[in-house]
Amino acid sequence: MYAENIMDHFNSPRNSGEVKDPDIKHKEFNPFCGDQIELTVKLRNGKEIQEIKFQGKGCSISQASASMLTEIVKNKNIEEVKKLTKEDILDLLNIPIGPVRMKCALLALDTLQNGIKIYEQYTKKK
Amino acid sequence: MLIDEIRNDFPILKRKVNGKPLVYLDNAATSQKPKQVIDAIKNFYETQNANIHRGIHQLSEESTEAFERSREKVAKFISAKPEQIIFTKNTTESINTIAYGYGLKNIKKGDEILTTVMEHHSNFLPWQLVKKHTGATLKIADITDDGLLKMNHLEKLATKKTKLVAVTQVSNVLGTINPVKEISEIAQKNNSLFLVDGAQAAPHMPVDVKKTGCDFYAFSSHKMLGPTGIGVLYIKDPDKVDPFLVGGGTIKEVYTDKEAVWHDSPWKFEGGTPDVSGVIGFGATVDYLNKIGMEKIRKHEEEITKYALDKLLKIKNITIYGPMDHRLRGAVIAFNIGGIHPHDVAAILDSEGIAVRPGHACCKPLMSRLDILAMCRASFYIYNTKNEADVLVSGLEKVNKIFKR
Ligand SMILES: Cc1ncc(COP(=O)(O)O)c(C=O)c1O
Repeated sequence: MYAENIMDHFNSPRNSGEVKDPDIKHKEFNPFCGDQIELTVKLRNGKEIQEIKFQGKGCSISQASASMLTEIVKNKNIEEVKKLTKEDILDLLNIPIGPVRMKCALLALDTLQNGIKIYEQYTKKK
Repeated sequence: MLIDEIRNDFPILKRKVNGKPLVYLDNAATSQKPKQVIDAIKNFYETQNANIHRGIHQLSEESTEAFERSREKVAKFISAKPEQIIFTKNTTESINTIAYGYGLKNIKKGDEILTTVMEHHSNFLPWQLVKKHTGATLKIADITDDGLLKMNHLEKLATKKTKLVAVTQVSNVLGTINPVKEISEIAQKNNSLFLVDGAQAAPHMPVDVKKTGCDFYAFSSHKMLGPTGIGVLYIKDPDKVDPFLVGGGTIKEVYTDKEAVWHDSPWKFEGGTPDVSGVIGFGATVDYLNKIGMEKIRKHEEEITKYALDKLLKIKNITIYGPMDHRLRGAVIAFNIGGIHPHDVAAILDSEGIAVRPGHACCKPLMSRLDILAMCRASFYIYNTKNEADVLVSGLEKVNKIFKR
């Protein structure tokens, strides 16, 4: 479980911090372990992820998966990001994840997808 | 009895976890079961199974007799009378029975309930509920920085308006053993009733409800080598409490135009068909504990706690919560290590076959008091060895290494 790639991302997280003037800012919690992830995203033309950063607290799986996710979604269209699944995250982590830690593994993806949903509802209203 | 003989009674201790021998240190969550208990339940289903207090046939008489014999054993185990022993589902249901059957009926606006910051949610939320429904005040006694109950604070909070004092005998996080006898004297001075949460005490040390001087005592079978699904509620004076779960078995008379007449205690509290096999299994559990002896169990755990505390304190970056004097604590050791998330710690220990509990252990008020989100907890029982404490220590050294602390 504590493979090198996980520890590498946990100890030196990529894209950590906060994007200035974000289009999307969203935070989620995992009450079971007290993990938290906040994502800030700047969009290009309201469609593509130009910049994404995260800050959070929690176990290595939750923080490493957030770090990995920010790497792969950069420059992607948000329609594509909406289609990412649990399997995509598990492929990134590349370690077996049991049912108890699944919430930790998926926290970052849930945060991003829910953040996009809220952004879309908000822009549609305008 | 030799520890090897005891370990031999527990079939699960032979299994491997992740290729390593199981080191089960999550006893405060639930304990393992000896074959004597498993066999008693199996034997009941194979030879005696019938509902109790209902049939006139042979099986029903045998099962009723075995069920009531378990009650007698449990009563004797804590120095109570059988009519003072109510079987519930667990400690949580036992405490709720008092909150609903006594608290909601007798506690009024302006009254006070006194508890402590180290309580399990099971001995905290029921009193918040009574507070909400009655308008009573809930007062919370603090702890010292060593994790001991601040007795002078508790004494100051106790007044003539205090209707009920509810305190755990042993903290499931700090391990602290609270001076329940002294607390009982404070309660008596104010004419308050006294409830003891014995979930972490009854499994590990001799309990005498008469000497303790409590009005209510709650504990769970599953934490003391017995089956899940059985809890105990001792009520000193059962007439003071109304039944909380009413239905089959709880009445003497039922009318369509006036109120029912309740059965005598304990039956008025045990609505519906109880977990008969579980109660019978719990009777076998009490026999098993008596055979070893509660004094001996306490002594074994004190030794192992002292040994484990000494070793754990030498680990780099470790913070241990609760009193450091093993005589003041049960065999529960909660800790954090090097700012590493407890889930990571527990997962690495699991890869070594070691079972510990990460999280808040249902003690959110205590977590806030300690200013932490979560911790890891190792808890020992009669079948744990010093060697297993050593395995825990090596596991934690590995955690430090993986996280480069
Ligand atoms: C001190 C304390 N009280 C109450 C409980 C609740 O026990 P149960 O889950 O058996 O109702 C526990 C168990 O975790 C406990 O440790």
